[in-house]
Amino acid sequence: MPTIFIDGEQIEAKEGQTIIEAALEHSINVPHFCWHPSLTVAGNCRMCLVNIGFPSRNPDDVDENGDRKIQYQPKAAIACATPVADGMHVNLTGKKSVEAQEAVMEFLLINHPLDCPICDEAGQCKLQEYAFNHSKGKSRFDEQKNHKDKRVQWGPTIMFDGERCISCSRCIRYADEIAKQPVLTFVQRGDHVTIQTFENTQFDSPYSMNVIELCPVGALTSIDFRFKTRVWEMSFTDSVCPGCSRGCNMQIGVRDNTIVRLEPKTNMEVNEYWMCDYGRLTQYEGVNNNRVVEPMVRKNGSLVAVSWDEAIAEAVKLISGVPSKDISLVASASSTNEDLFALQKFASLLNTSSIEYISNIDPSFGDDFLKQSDKSYNSFGINALQLKAKASTADKFSVKNTPLLITTDDSLSVDAVSGANAIIAFASNKTAIVDKAAVVLPLSTYAEVEGTVTNFQNRVQHIEPAVATVENQRFMGMKQSRWDAMGAHNDRWTQGEKRNSRSGWSILQSLASELGQDWNYKQSEDVFTEIASSNAGFSLMNYAQLDEFQGLIVGASSLPEKKAIVYQSHVMKPN
Amino acid sequence: MANVTKNTEAQRLNFWEKLYLPEIARGLGLTFKAMFKPNMTRQYPEERWEPEGSYRGRPVLVQEEDGERCVACGLCSRVCPALAIEVQAGETDKEKERFPKLFEINMLRCIYCGFCEEVCPEEAIVMSKDYELVFTSPEDAIYGKDKLLIPVAKLQDRLEFLRQYK
Repeated sequence: MPTIFIDGEQIEAKEGQTIIEAALEHSINVPHFCWHPSLTVAGNCRMCLVNIGFPSRNPDDVDENGDRKIQYQPKAAIACATPVADGMHVNLTGKKSVEAQEAVMEFLLINHPLDCPICDEAGQCKLQEYAFNHSKGKSRFDEQKNHKDKRVQWGPTIMFDGERCISCSRCIRYADEIAKQPVLTFVQRGDHVTIQTFENTQFDSPYSMNVIELCPVGALTSIDFRFKTRVWEMSFTDSVCPGCSRGCNMQIGVRDNTIVRLEPKTNMEVNEYWMCDYGRLTQYEGVNNNRVVEPMVRKNGSLVAVSWDEAIAEAVKLISGVPSKDISLVASASSTNEDLFALQKFASLLNTSSIEYISNIDPSFGDDFLKQSDKSYNSFGINALQLKAKASTADKFSVKNTPLLITTDDSLSVDAVSGANAIIAFASNKTAIVDKAAVVLPLSTYAEVEGTVTNFQNRVQHIEPAVATVENQRFMGMKQSRWDAMGAHNDRWTQGEKRNSRSGWSILQSLASELGQDWNYKQSEDVFTEIASSNAGFSLMNYAQLDEFQGLIVGASSLPEKKAIVYQSHVMKPN
Repeated sequence: MANVTKNTEAQRLNFWEKLYLPEIARGLGLTFKAMFKPNMTRQYPEERWEPEGSYRGRPVLVQEEDGERCVACGLCSRVCPALAIEVQAGETDKEKERFPKLFEINMLRCIYCGFCEEVCPEEAIVMSKDYELVFTSPEDAIYGKDKLLIPVAKLQDRLEFLRQYK
């Protein structure tokens, strides 16, 4: 194992590593633009220039302590492409390295437009950050800046701004190596260099939007998000994408209590640095729009908004009006482990054995990268919890001669439930089933609850609420932007809808308590503690540990090794 | 009771002052002198005061011939210590791609600190000379773009001042 010294600090590197990799493993950040751990090394931004030297071979060449003097190479080398060697000394903060960094920044900023006020990247821009940390702060360039094409659409999702591009080639390498759609290339030379798609092609890979986070500057922006908000006006909450059973880690950006964007979060075990376009473009619609906002009860044929107490009382009246064994329950493969566990407990309270769930397997959706054919994000949780539920499909599912149907899945079709005399629907959205239900209990979506979900690797991951509801608005640790947190009732930016929805386990707990069984859960962690104690596969888990290890595998016999440092290219600071 | 020190008027005044009469004459003298001095009182609202360029009245948006200067970068909203400003950006086909679809200042929150003007990269929001703010309801106090946009010609004093001292 080669031993290297970065600014005097001794580091045990691995054979074949480059300097930048060895430094990152020991949380030393070498400034860089084009290098990314999952892409090949291009070495064309020159930002990671460092001064490299070795101890002198001349035995007389010693300093006052008797150590050999370090002989530095006359020219700085790039840390991203220089392999480590035993005894190597890397000077990262010395005069020569700093001068090299400042010179590179000066070159990059020559043709970079000063349009940060317009640019969506501002606030989480690598170039902005380095202009602050590694640049002289003024320009000696008095001439006209180059003008290039602005607002070029590369595909349905991405807008390219040629002037902002610093030609790091991260997007080109991503398209070639990860998205496997090699349609991007440099054209022209020198300071006229720009990036284009090949003729008659567009960059429309299902993973195309990852280049937006990959781009160290604002050259690539999302057409979907463009100008919706500044990055510092959002709160970012860690969550898990509900788009499929991969369970990609993501961050939910919220402003005005509305989700404005979803972006991937690094988890090397699940999604690495990426996320699919489908996930980030579709998974906020259901949270923002068409929501059931109040509990509703059918009176004289039409649904009337009522209080929670009244709706629960009405539901209990329906439940106690029929033999409880005949009640059918529908679980949802999109609810959290906590909700599923509570439903199982509720079923045993009713003494009914009829639980079904709809599994949503779409072979055309899955691929060999991230997307999984199983589109329900917690169907593996149903198995892991050993829920006694029968799987069905949306086409085959139908209810026959049931006096009462309690469904936690709001996507059921009207035809499928025609055999039910009465329906109690836990619904997030105003779907067809809501129009048929006798009692509608508004259910919080994935972005409004705390809980855990199990992905296709049987990895249990913790999610936290990002959007405030009446129930969770005093959730401990709720992340809110400055505006959402400090606005008063007469400020117009606080007018984002605050729904009166609840998480599944807490609704079931209210029903159970009216039916005479006290569950005594105060928060979702109480439910999870019970899952962990009653279910061997979950015995090593608690919320703190799920956060620490970025998810744990069901049934694992021991905790995994402490994870290495998670690389994030650029984020908003303070994060 | 031992620590009570006496400091009554009778102790402080001398004989002539205790008489009051010379003091009354002195006071009346001042009054008569003021009668012949130039009049400082203004007959507001008929007579209005025109502040200097350095005056920080209500913040306004600068309107050029082809529309507002503001690009909705949101820095004013971020820096505002009273959270008075709300900006929502939109996209245009013009060279400056961004424009404020919505720009509102809650004048009940505004504390006239001028931070928004100081932080503005486009010199698009400036403090005007307008100090007359009257509203009849909290909703009226939220000024939208219709009230905020002022032609650049009317703001020359302030822009001149900013160029000199900013």
